[in-house]
Parts: sequence; C-alpha cells; structure tokens
Amino acid sequence: MALAHHPIAGSGDGPRAVAAREDERVRALAWHRRLLHRPEFASLAGAILVFIVFGLSAGNSGMFNLDGIINWSQVSAYLGIIAIGACLLMIAGEFDLSIGSMIGFAGMMIAIPAMYFHWPVWLCIIFAFAGSMALGGLNGYLVIKTRLPSFIVTLAFLFILRGLTLALSIMFANRTIVSGVGVLAAQDWLATLLFQGDVAKDLFTWMAKVGWITTLDSGEPLVKGIPKVLVWWLVLAAAGGFVLSKTRFGNWIFAVGGDANAAKNVGVPVRLVKISLFVFTAFCACLFATLQVCDVGSAAADRGLQKEFEAIIAAVIGGSLLTGGYGSVVGACFGALIFGVVQIGITYTNVNSDWFRVFLGMMLLIAVLFNNYVRKRVTESR
Amino acid sequence: MSDDYILQLENVSRFFGSVIALKDVTMRLRRGEVHCLLGDNGAGKSTLIKTLAGVHRPSEGQYLVDGKPVEFASPREALDLGIATVYQDLALVPLMSVARNFFVGREPIRKLWGFFPIMNIELAATISRDKLAEMGIKVRDAHQPIGTMSGGERQCLAIARAIHFGARVLILDEPTAALGVKQSFNVLKLIHKARERGISVIFITHNVHHAYPIGDSFTLLNRGQSMGSYTKETVSKDEVLDMMAGGAEMQKLISELDGMQI
Repeated sequence: MALAHHPIAGSGDGPRAVAAREDERVRALAWHRRLLHRPEFASLAGAILVFIVFGLSAGNSGMFNLDGIINWSQVSAYLGIIAIGACLLMIAGEFDLSIGSMIGFAGMMIAIPAMYFHWPVWLCIIFAFAGSMALGGLNGYLVIKTRLPSFIVTLAFLFILRGLTLALSIMFANRTIVSGVGVLAAQDWLATLLFQGDVAKDLFTWMAKVGWITTLDSGEPLVKGIPKVLVWWLVLAAAGGFVLSKTRFGNWIFAVGGDANAAKNVGVPVRLVKISLFVFTAFCACLFATLQVCDVGSAAADRGLQKEFEAIIAAVIGGSLLTGGYGSVVGACFGALIFGVVQIGITYTNVNSDWFRVFLGMMLLIAVLFNNYVRKRVTESR
Repeated sequence: MSDDYILQLENVSRFFGSVIALKDVTMRLRRGEVHCLLGDNGAGKSTLIKTLAGVHRPSEGQYLVDGKPVEFASPREALDLGIATVYQDLALVPLMSVARNFFVGREPIRKLWGFFPIMNIELAATISRDKLAEMGIKVRDAHQPIGTMSGGERQCLAIARAIHFGARVLILDEPTAALGVKQSFNVLKLIHKARERGISVIFITHNVHHAYPIGDSFTLLNRGQSMGSYTKETVSKDEVLDMMAGGAEMQKLISELDGMQI
C-alpha cells in the first residue's frame, strides 16, 4: 500500500493550523463527554451502582470478605468467558444461541471418553476443544452458506446439541450425569496445569501465616488461591478487547457487523471473519465446560442451560448492539460482573433470591433502551 | 485532444440469458479527462460500470486498459490496476469512525513492541483528516462516526479514499443523485480537483446540468446502446439534453400532445 502524500492544492499552513487548533479545543472539552459516548459506559455505571447498592445493603454480611469476593467473581468469570465470545460475534452481526448447549456437549466430550474409553484427560480436553470448534465452524459455515439468520441456524444447534448431550449421557452412564472425572483430572498434567484449582497458592498461604486473611482451624487459608477461571477470564478479556480495538482484525469485526456488503466491497474477507468468530464463541463455550468439569468433577446433561441468553444479556448490558457493528469486550465483562454480583449478592441480603431474574430482566430492558439512545446519537447528526 | 486512452471498451456487448443489457457499446476514456456517462434508467449504465469495475466480463467485444486487453476475474484485479469504483452505497459503515472507515480493508499497521502488528489508528486519523481537508471538508474529530456526517461529506470521503489508495481511474456512480444543490456542487468541485491531479474520471449521472459544466466528453446510453461519444467542443448542453430525453421520441410525443383535444 502506497501512502502517497500529495501537496495540498491551494492551501498553505494557514487552514491546517486552524484545523489543528480546533481539534485541540474539542479534545480539551470532551473527555467526560467522550466517556458518555463509549459503548461500555452504561455497564460501567451499572456496575458501580450495583456495588454501591450491595455495599449499603450487604456490606457487613461477608459479601466483600475475601471468600465472598472469590465467590461472586467466580460466577462472573464463568459468564464473562462466554460473554466475550458472544459479544465479539454480536459485534460482527451474528448470534450464537447454541452456546449453552455447547457447554453441555463439550462437557460430555471430555467426560465420556475419559470415563468409558479410558482416554487420558488431556486427550479428552483437546478432543473437546477440537470438536466444539469444528461445530462452531459448521454453525458459521451454515449461516454464511444459507444466508439464513444465525438466530434460526444456531437455534437448531441449541436443540441438536442439548439432545445429543442428554442422549449420550443416558446411553453411556444410564443417567443424566457422568461423574468421576474430577479424580482423573487431578492426576492429569494438562487439567491441573491450566484448568483445575487455583493459582498464587503460595501467596495465599503466606498471607494466611502473616494473618492478613482468614484461616481455617488447621492454619490453612480459607481461600486457597485465585481460581484459574478468573485468570482465564482476565486473559481472554484483555486479548479480546485488544484484538477488537487495536488490530486490523478488530476493524474488520466492526465493519462486517456494521455493513457486511460495504465491508465486502472494500476487500474485507467477510466469511472468514464471521466463521472464525463462530469458532471463537465455541472455543469460549468449551473453555467454560472444561473449567467446570475440572472444578465440579462431572459433566451433566443440564450444564450451561440458558447460558446463551445470559451471555447475550451480558453483552447487551455491556453496550453491544443486537444489530451488530457496535460494542465492547470490556463492556461485556462489566455486564458479566453485574450479573455475578447480583446473583450472589442477593443471597447475602434479606431479599428473596427469586427476585434475581426480575432484576436481571429490568437491567436488560434499561440497557437496551440506553443502547438504542446511544446508537441514535451516534448515527444521527450531532 | 490527444488520443491517449487509459480505458477503452470496444464494441462491448453483455447478455444476461436472453436479456441484452449492452449492445455494441464503444467508450474511450482519455487520460486525465472527465468523461460523463449519461443515460436514463434502464439504459445499461449499471451494467457498463460493473463491466468497467471488473464485476462482469463482456460477452462480446474488448476491454482495454492502457491499450492492452484485460480480462478481470474480480473487482480486486481492476482495483489493483488503479480502477476504483465508488458505488452509490459508498461502502461506508455508519457506526464506524471516519478514520476506521477510511482505512477499512487496508488498515495501516505498526508494530507493537517491535513485532506485534496492530492498527495504527493515530496515523489513520491524521491521514483521513488531512485528505478530507484537502477536499475541503473539515472533520472536527476523525474518531467521530460516519453517521454524523452529511450525505455530501460521505460522498466526498468515499472519493477521497479512492484517490488516496492510488486510483488512476475513478468511476463515480451517480455521486450527486441524492444530494442537494450545495452538496452536489462540492462533489463537482471534488471531481475537478481529481482531474487537476491527473486522475481520469468516469462520471455517471442522468443530470445534464451536473454533467455538462464538469465534463470533457460525453457518452450517451439508451436502451443498452451507445448513442455516440462527443467532446465538449462538438456538442452543446441542449443537444445533450435532447439526446438524453430521447430526441426524436420526444418530438413525437410533443406533437402528439399538441394535437390532442382535451
């Protein structure tokens, strides 16, 4: 690509200098207004609000003790992982309703070979990732090839995969849960290295010794370390946010979701972008399943139920438009954080936890209304 | 005027099944001129543009670039030879910023920590702002979404983008169709600036009042056939208008209307 710099016809430094001064003036004024225009603003404000509400209503209940924090952040992290996938895919203009079923199915892809074919756990994990990503690719391929809405194609996979999960579980284990994987995973190098247990255990043991954190009667720390799912969430969020906002591929994601035809006309490989994001979403679902299977020690037919909706809700609360072309990974992560804090926090208060869903639905409604307002501001003249 | 042609269509026909979209059309674009392609709806303008842009291949006849026959397999190949088409939809994404739109598909890359390729957004912002300033459009903030710009500004951005990425030939598909008087004027000024830089322009329109002041030569299309090419010296605005309206047919219509008893 040649970056040709043509001399400016009929204009010296004068107009340019004026333009530059004007820019500076706009910038100097705008940082707080700029924040308002960011897609993640709503979810950031929402997260702060949620923390204030629970800080006031459940501040003394142990919710903000170390074990409480680990508790709700772990729930947020699980959701956050799939919300990142759902968010990127949504920005590219597509949905994946099969995320939840994929979580169940990927769990079975780990548990069944491990328990019934006696494969080593590391091989099962690799198999599950390969299988999930292939299924994600198939999802994407069908959406691209048929030009049907991804809603309907992935809805089919929602049922197909959930049905397979249940049928396979019954076929092999004769019940809806395949257990016993935890023991095997605890002896497996890959599972223990990346998926099972906590990190920074020495640090927590040391902090317990010094007396900074709560200990059990045995002297062991109550919280043994940072769960690996949290590390995965943060790494994935950083990587996803970086790719979206800084790289060429990120620019393509926005373009493909904003106007696929325009993107194609300027040479963006639309199919490649969309299919690879379907694959990435499936990767996130499988990561969720792997962490869960290693943590809980079993795979079950109802794992990941309705998670596709939760992931989409987190992405929408995070400022992603359902129509594509606009959104933020960081926002989706705040969306997931709100989710986790409310879901767990409500049990620390006197409020009946049945109200959780009511609250969630209201959050979603407010977020959608707010996003709609933001989009209007963005697309219509200022 | 010289006969140094940059693009030539020689007796080109294009059929879609039984439909004859173009029949024996000859059109020659001189280097550095603005060539207006005029025609009413259904005259075959779109097919002609898409043939030039490499979307369609001629069923008969020859397409020459710089005097050499070409067979484009895709629009990409035409673009590589510097033939850039700005379609009516402009290929802009409203929710994306000016800078990101300007470079989408051809993002400037810089290396993070010396090896990791990332998009150079600041460079994109600077270049897009400068290029638009050259075209007389002041962008307050290159990070503002395209959606905040007017139709004329978007048209100019699409043209500026094509010029920046090395277009030798600009094919503009009805750039003034959806614009008001003042914005149309800005686009015509931009076409003039492009010509000053030595860029050859094919300007598709059905508005003679836009075409005549800026055009160096004119090709008229009617029902898939060329009604001839004329340089500005050899044809008057009224003559062009007359041919556009279908000349003889119009006379017949007028006489019929005259003789009518209402």
